[in-house]
Amino acid sequence: MPGAFEGETINRRRFMNVVTQGSGAVAAAAFTLPALGFALGPLFSRVPFSWQPIGAPDDFTTTTYVTKVLTIVQGIGEAGYSIAYVRTRDPKIDTEPEDQYNHWVALSSRCMHLGCPVRFVAAAQRFICPCHGGVYDFRGMVAGGPPVRPLDRFYTRLNKATGLVEIGPRYSVNSELHRFSPRDPGQPLDGIGQYLYPARFDTSSGPNGHP
Amino acid sequence: MPKLPAPPLPKALKPLPKRPGEEGEKMTPLETAAEGGIHVVDWLDERTSLSGGVRWLLFRKVPKGINWFYTLGSATMFAFLNQAVTGVFLAMFYQPNVNGGAYESIRYITDDAFLGQLVRAMHKWGASVMIILIFLHMARVFFFGAYKYPRELTWIIGVVLLILTLAMGFTGYLLPFDQRSYWATIVGVNINGTGPLIGPYLSDFLRAGPEFGATTLSRFYAIHMMLIPGLIAALIGAHLYLITKLGISAPPWLKAEEEPELREAEI
Repeated sequence: MPGAFEGETINRRRFMNVVTQGSGAVAAAAFTLPALGFALGPLFSRVPFSWQPIGAPDDFTTTTYVTKVLTIVQGIGEAGYSIAYVRTRDPKIDTEPEDQYNHWVALSSRCMHLGCPVRFVAAAQRFICPCHGGVYDFRGMVAGGPPVRPLDRFYTRLNKATGLVEIGPRYSVNSELHRFSPRDPGQPLDGIGQYLYPARFDTSSGPNGHP
Repeated sequence: MPKLPAPPLPKALKPLPKRPGEEGEKMTPLETAAEGGIHVVDWLDERTSLSGGVRWLLFRKVPKGINWFYTLGSATMFAFLNQAVTGVFLAMFYQPNVNGGAYESIRYITDDAFLGQLVRAMHKWGASVMIILIFLHMARVFFFGAYKYPRELTWIIGVVLLILTLAMGFTGYLLPFDQRSYWATIVGVNINGTGPLIGPYLSDFLRAGPEFGATTLSRFYAIHMMLIPGLIAALIGAHLYLITKLGISAPPWLKAEEEPELREAEI
């Protein structure tokens, strides 16, 4: 090394270089890292959920859907609303295993193509999306068009204290109605899809260890 | 006291030599004004040496055969400047508030504010004009082969500028916060989410959470009016520097002038 004595590994010039550039890097990191953390923070903070009462058990039937407006995000007015289509579980057509959270089938109105709101057309017994022509059958399974998986669902339960049906967090299903933690529209969950579109860190987790 | 040599000036700015017999005559007001202007330019140039840079930027050689297609880049830049200026004035009225404040402030700009409708329309239509111009400019560069050596980096920066401009369109579309804005953004964010592995986290980043939430609009607003405009301005500077440094390419139909002695020397 030029300018160094025999056996020296560092001289003044190199030491000053390292100190100056190092302190510059520390100063840059001191404002970059907090700003980055601030921007990325919401990705890692889990959103809490609350059970919302939607009516008495008698309000729902097995043959048609009742439209219920939910508040998905608190405090932002109309932009925080979403719609659930709710009916009573019918063992004759609902083949997925029954547990305490699906006595009422609550389908999310969010289309699984790109997230437009679907509407239930009673005459056709279908859910139809206005944006790109996605069609779902009575159970919310894909019947046609671009959607990549069945309509998302909400956990439902009977609150024994009040006697009312309550609606909880949203979950996603694949074409066999296995439950997954909520995914965004457009993300298939069959086969390799569940690995290509992993669970996120900010969605509210289901009740009692459900996804 | 030693006198500094006079800085180089464009010919038009140099004072005319006095005619014989004019010596000692009083200057007309026009001449005084011109003299004052020259003094100001001199004062600035003595301290900054800017005149050299200005001449390097503006008085450069251009090839034969350049035509109106070569103005598309400048046109895109002026569309950006229009967006920047009108955007600043729209920001004086706009509120990124999801509880109806955003929609109401846009309604106020459009219906009540003096010239608000004009400024908003300039921003809204200017956005489409800028997208059209940037694609026309890109097509001109592509079909004229102007992206080839040594201008590859200019092209790459231009592509980044195109992407940033599209990102401006995407983030700006949400700001009026009407039904069309809201649902188009839902769809756009979900398209982002279909990218494998990082898609779900990218759409969480855009929304600041798993659902369209309280800070999504302000996040889009901050990206739209602070993050991307700064990047675009900086990259336009780099783009212009490279254009000036490397010169403008000749149109492809212009043959290089043959110099027989050079050709023979090569053989």
